[in-house]
Amino acid sequence: MNFETLLDALIRDTTGKSLFLFAPELTVCGTIVVLLLCRLINLDRLVRPVTIALVGGLIGLGFAASEYYNLVHGPQTSEKLFTGLLVFDQFTVFFRLFLLTFIIFVTALTAISGIPDYEDGPDFYTLLFGATLGMLLMASANNLLILFLGVEMASVPSYAMVGFLKGRRQSSEASLKFVVYGAGAAGVMLYGISLLAGLLGTANFTEMAVNLDQVVGTAGMKDPVVRTILLGALMVFVGLAFKLSIVPFHFWCPDAFEGAAAEVAGYLSVASKAAAFALLIRFCHILVGAHVEGLAQLNYALGLGLGLVAALTATFGNLAAYSQRNVKRLLAYSTIAHAGYMLMAVAAMMVIANGPKVPNVDVSFNVTRSIEGLLYYLVVYMFMNLGAFAVVALIRNEIYSEDVDDYNGLAQQCPRYCLCMAVCMFSLIGLPPFGGFFAKWSIFAPLLQAGYVNKMMWGVLVIGGVNTVFSLFYYIRVLKAMYIAPRPAGARTAGELGPAGAFAIVLTLPVLLTGIGVTPVLRLTETAAASVFETTPRTQVARLAAEKPVDEPPSKL
Amino acid sequence: MTSAMLLSAIIFLPTVGALIIALGFNKRDEEPMRIFALAITVATFILTIFLFKDFRYDVAGIQPVTDGGVGVKIPWIGNWHIFYQLGYDGISLPLVLLTSFICMLAMLASWSITKQVKGYLVLFLILETGMLGVFLALDFFLFYVFWEVMLLPMYFLIGIWGGPRKEYAAIKFFLYTLVGGVLMLIAILMFYFGSPINTFDIIELSRIGQGLVPKAAFSPTVQITAFILLFIGFAIKVPTFPFHTWLPDAHVEAPTPISMILAGILLKMGGYGILRIAFPICPYGAQYAAYALVVIGAGSIIYGAFAAMAQTDFKRLVAYSSVSHMGYVILGIAVWKISEAGGAAVGKDYWLMGMNGAMFQMLAHGISSAGMFFMVGVIYDRVHHRDLNQFGGLMGLMPLYSALAVGIFFAGLGLPGLCGFIGEIFVVLSSWNFSPLVSIIAASGVILTAGYILWAIQRVYLGAEYKGPHREGIVPINGREAAIGFTLLAFAILLGVYPNFMLDVMHSSMSQLVTQLDAGYQHALHAAGSTQALLDR
Repeated sequence: MNFETLLDALIRDTTGKSLFLFAPELTVCGTIVVLLLCRLINLDRLVRPVTIALVGGLIGLGFAASEYYNLVHGPQTSEKLFTGLLVFDQFTVFFRLFLLTFIIFVTALTAISGIPDYEDGPDFYTLLFGATLGMLLMASANNLLILFLGVEMASVPSYAMVGFLKGRRQSSEASLKFVVYGAGAAGVMLYGISLLAGLLGTANFTEMAVNLDQVVGTAGMKDPVVRTILLGALMVFVGLAFKLSIVPFHFWCPDAFEGAAAEVAGYLSVASKAAAFALLIRFCHILVGAHVEGLAQLNYALGLGLGLVAALTATFGNLAAYSQRNVKRLLAYSTIAHAGYMLMAVAAMMVIANGPKVPNVDVSFNVTRSIEGLLYYLVVYMFMNLGAFAVVALIRNEIYSEDVDDYNGLAQQCPRYCLCMAVCMFSLIGLPPFGGFFAKWSIFAPLLQAGYVNKMMWGVLVIGGVNTVFSLFYYIRVLKAMYIAPRPAGARTAGELGPAGAFAIVLTLPVLLTGIGVTPVLRLTETAAASVFETTPRTQVARLAAEKPVDEPPSKL
Repeated sequence: MTSAMLLSAIIFLPTVGALIIALGFNKRDEEPMRIFALAITVATFILTIFLFKDFRYDVAGIQPVTDGGVGVKIPWIGNWHIFYQLGYDGISLPLVLLTSFICMLAMLASWSITKQVKGYLVLFLILETGMLGVFLALDFFLFYVFWEVMLLPMYFLIGIWGGPRKEYAAIKFFLYTLVGGVLMLIAILMFYFGSPINTFDIIELSRIGQGLVPKAAFSPTVQITAFILLFIGFAIKVPTFPFHTWLPDAHVEAPTPISMILAGILLKMGGYGILRIAFPICPYGAQYAAYALVVIGAGSIIYGAFAAMAQTDFKRLVAYSSVSHMGYVILGIAVWKISEAGGAAVGKDYWLMGMNGAMFQMLAHGISSAGMFFMVGVIYDRVHHRDLNQFGGLMGLMPLYSALAVGIFFAGLGLPGLCGFIGEIFVVLSSWNFSPLVSIIAASGVILTAGYILWAIQRVYLGAEYKGPHREGIVPINGREAAIGFTLLAFAILLGVYPNFMLDVMHSSMSQLVTQLDAGYQHALHAAGSTQALLDR
């Protein structure tokens, strides 16, 4: 193979396939360029930056939707883009739809709440779309390089967005904390990546899984190579745990959210978590290796460890939220707790996939269910968490405060905002008929199944249940202030703007709808979950082995 | 109208009404809104009466019996085998009627609410949907959804319109019920994954629990664990002795109409859950715990009566009387005596009598306690206090009210000829078969009940003159209040004089339940025994 054929193949791969399937990301890039160019030639006087951002987001979402349509109605393939740097499957498309829908809602929210003023608009939306681009890459990463690039592309604009309210000291402080933490986590992760790539001789996820089997082979934990690989993997987990704000890497979260504008906090709390979970699931699947029995022991232990961390995170988040006076800080701890719940699904997945086989617990079914539960949770979480932050932002515009005590008696003056807050919070607690209930349900169910594999997971389940009761206290405190406490005399009179109230309701309605009409969303998450499981090296090898009983090294995947 | 439509209409008509009130009415049009809400509850009540049209007294199982099968079953969440499944039988029909009936009267009593009327009416109607849904749902998942749906409106109804300690009472109610709900959720998951086809169908799960489905029975361990989880969940709602502490607070702080609903309907959900879910699905677990249940039931009767006697707050007295009266329900359900040898029920007819008594007691208590709370509310609206030692002489000042109140309190006391008597006597008689000692304890509860109720009547209605504040506020009851009182008293008399009116409805379902439980327990026992024998060998 000479250079020319190689180049030829590259061009064919790029222009013939990859660029088309990369259209949503390209649209996001294009939007950024248009935003900056418009400012350069003063076109932003004519077209509002937020309009450009909204149009860009909508076009991107349109591309993603057409990809989804093609996948559903065409052959369900998994493609590798850009010579294997990215992977394109239902899972990718799901996250494209998810993130682009989300960014449209965030943009609309900023348009209504007016947090970047006219001057700052292009800057803000550039940062917003830039971060989203990074998250989109995270969701489709198939290479350690993209993993790192994606995480950093998502993080760096986030640092700037947290400090976007330039005049506030608190904002700058929050931003600085976030940067320092982020830089530390990125350094650790990069070191882990270099260890993994160095030992396995490749950075491509699929090849890594294959090589992992060969390198580890039958060597036990005493082997220094195995230990180093484990160390590398743990370091990558640290980087992801930082994005997920998992205990003990959560310290940045409350400060950053308190300092940032509520819109930014709402964006970060959902989007970066979703992308990080997508990446975590992909990364977990390479660690499993390509052979069915290869690394089970190691991953089993890892799954149990994740379960423990998840239980800790949920408990810590809920207990710490209890004493908060600032609503954003309270919601920050609540997002930590929810990251814990969602991590339980990943833990259940790892335990079921790698633990000893138990009758009545079908592995592929339950692994798919775990991922499905996580994705469903993310969909509901997007609406309920952004809804809560949106109401915080809208109320801030009325009363210039984000303290729980200042919310006293607001229900009389802002009935719509308060109703939306109530719905979002009941959903966050996990009460039917809101989406949060089915979301929690679909995570607890695989967890119960995982308990048959290892009893510790039942402990995690019980902790999850107990946490639901804990969380009642602080969510209800906000609602109590709004609905039950009287408005103090002399407090600032708050009103509601028509469009803002309507927007809050539009944002909250899906919280109710996902709880009643579960099936449509379930169909979406189900195919995405199935595809990620189908395309793991391990499943493919298992299928090859089932078709051809000859034991050949799985070199071509 | 098909049965599917009828059942759905019963459940969702109040929600539709709530939506119309929320969107279609101006906040200031209080009077039209109240009348509209009342019309909705009346319409719901009428719809529930239509349930009798297709009701067949001879059929023990789930109704309506249609050509396509039993009840209504529409897929809801297909992947999880969750169905929108509704139906009723002799156990749920009386409770559905009670629900819509008490809701109608409570709505009529809601004219005393003057703060934020719109919000109140919306929440009230959503609450009614939740309650009716619980009694009609046959899919465990759906049941749970309705069960929790009740929580939200109830929290706000107590929290916003309640008395001085409303915040505390509301959060306490919420917390207790949520804990019970989480326990129930774990049991649901156990059943779901334990059943061969992963179902939530309560009827199917009962058949599995009773060993009627080949090669798929819940093991004794599962049954015992699940029963304990479920029982705690339901016992919180009933409430029985160790789990009752939310009740006095919630009942006392809630506004009068909501107290009526709490006592009249919400408490019945616990009993209904035990009859519909905990016992049928876990007969082995139920029998395993029968003795404990009897102790809890009898303990609640005595404890509640003594606690009621010690109160000086009129409403708190009525609240504790609920604990006492609901103890009869637990006792009546649990008097399941088995022979040591084969596991067959001894004196099955007595047990059936206890079951019927428990069920009847729920209805009777629904009427009498709602009435008692209403009567307390009427006087509270006038004098703004509830201190038993500062009443007296009301008989002279408000003769009609006093007569109605005394009649309803006598119904609560269990005077022969009134509704409270039938349930109590059935339970006391049937418990003799289980253990004479329990019977004597339960019977002495009747005396204690008479003690605190007569003493209360003496302190409030009799006496020479009224001793408390706000003497000027005491005016005779108006027509609306009198109508509520008369209706409740009339039904208390009707059920007391002609109990077959309801006993006929529940009879075949109850006797089938008893037979099934007996067989189910023996099946589980023998299955466990043979396993044990294998292990011993």
